[in-house]
Amino acid sequence: MDALTRKTVTVDLSVTSVRELNRQLHAPAARAYEVLHPQGAHALAAGLKDPVTVDIRGHAGYYAAGMNDGGTVTVHGSAGTGVAENMMSGTVRVTGDASQSAGATGHGGLLVIEGSASMRCGISMKGIDIVVGGDIGPMSAFMAQAGRLVVCGEAGDGLGDSIYEARLYIRGKARSLGADCVEKPMRDEHGRELAALLTAAGLGHDPAEFRRYGSARTLYHFTAHNEY
Amino acid sequence: MCGIVGLHLRDPDLYPQLGTLLEAMLGQVVERGPDSAGVAVYGDRRRCPDGYAAVSVLAGRAGPPPGEALAADFVDLVVTEAGATTVIAAPVTVDDLLAAVRRALPHARVVGSGTDLTVYKGTGHPRALARAYDLAGAQGWQGLAHTRMATESAVTPEGCHPFSVGPDQCLVHNGSFANHATIRRDLEFEGVSFDSANDSEVGARFLAARLAKGEDLDKALRALCEAFDGFYTLLVTSKDGFAVVRDAIACKPAIIAETGRWVAMASEFRALAGLPGIEDARIYEPEPERVYAWTR
Repeated sequence: MDALTRKTVTVDLSVTSVRELNRQLHAPAARAYEVLHPQGAHALAAGLKDPVTVDIRGHAGYYAAGMNDGGTVTVHGSAGTGVAENMMSGTVRVTGDASQSAGATGHGGLLVIEGSASMRCGISMKGIDIVVGGDIGPMSAFMAQAGRLVVCGEAGDGLGDSIYEARLYIRGKARSLGADCVEKPMRDEHGRELAALLTAAGLGHDPAEFRRYGSARTLYHFTAHNEY
Repeated sequence: MCGIVGLHLRDPDLYPQLGTLLEAMLGQVVERGPDSAGVAVYGDRRRCPDGYAAVSVLAGRAGPPPGEALAADFVDLVVTEAGATTVIAAPVTVDDLLAAVRRALPHARVVGSGTDLTVYKGTGHPRALARAYDLAGAQGWQGLAHTRMATESAVTPEGCHPFSVGPDQCLVHNGSFANHATIRRDLEFEGVSFDSANDSEVGARFLAARLAKGEDLDKALRALCEAFDGFYTLLVTSKDGFAVVRDAIACKPAIIAETGRWVAMASEFRALAGLPGIEDARIYEPEPERVYAWTR
């Protein structure tokens, strides 16, 4: 990365294909890229494996910054289905809203959605941290396995259904909880990690306003010794 | 997959642009179904003049051209050939025109009828089809288009959406109904007949039966959610308006944008990106099993 130019490279998608953009990002010649006229195209900046910075100026389609491993991607607009899905590390920020399955299956890194996220936010999350400035839709954190999900607004129906070990911090109302998801006490260590996540996301809410939800751990094993 | 776009104009100043706006929207969902497309336009007076009824048909290659076959029945016939589709309009009632079309063109498939509605279907690249339909030249107050990723029946003009089985009604569907055969049997028992084995047609017939009883789109779609099992994002239009509903799991995409000048719905945001004033629109995704309806 040392030989990379410090000059920001601008890629205009009204004249360049997404495939060409991603080819450049997969073998970066610069530390920073700016993407113009995204117009909701799919797979923008997917598969980054270097610590490059990508600013997408406009709305992104499906799987923006998918599989990110070390990049810093900002969508200056809204993102479609599966933004930062399966992220390994790095930071993805969406200044607008995100569609379904934001941060799905993510293993690591930080996903910040300044607006609201739609259904299935954080589905099957495996270690990613997700911070949502607004609300999240129904069926979010379904089968969440690890990581933290912070929601500054409200959560839709079926929050955390069949959840394993992820920690969910919700500031507003959770419309209903899914199977095996329960409210848990906010201990000091939770307040501290929540404060750190809010700071990382650039949000100023008081951690004391949040409630914590997690797994009751009753679905971990099939019930043994059934007698018929 | 399957791609849906729909546009309901509130501002009459936009009516002359309906076709160009809809064509641009259609162009953004081509990848979701690249080998066929159907379009419906409400209020295109080129092809369905005021005081006329219009019937859209897939006439096939057998028999005389539709215009010739019907020339003896009507003096002021307006006939438009648009790819595989022919739109026939005459200054009579919808029922009279339908009866005449069925008599003169016994092998043609009727794909739309009403006093305000023209429907186009065909196979091929959706952009080429939009040209064949002269979509860019269409004016009107409401329209929709569908690109089909065929899963359960062949890629044919007849298989294209919308399914238009009641006067000035259209249904487009992304998904698949699981219990359509059961509901089809129930409807057939009530005397409803079907054109195809398609699951989406069952949805359209179910709604048409409800609307014929006087229910509005909102109530009829709530009943559909109760009766139908499976995956669906539906866009349904009528002479009064425009409605969107998704199933309880809502895995088929839908996004709605609203401004004071229009309401639009699409499978993906990019289909909405070119609409005038999109930067100030209220944009949201419809919640599961909630009916969103707008009337004129």
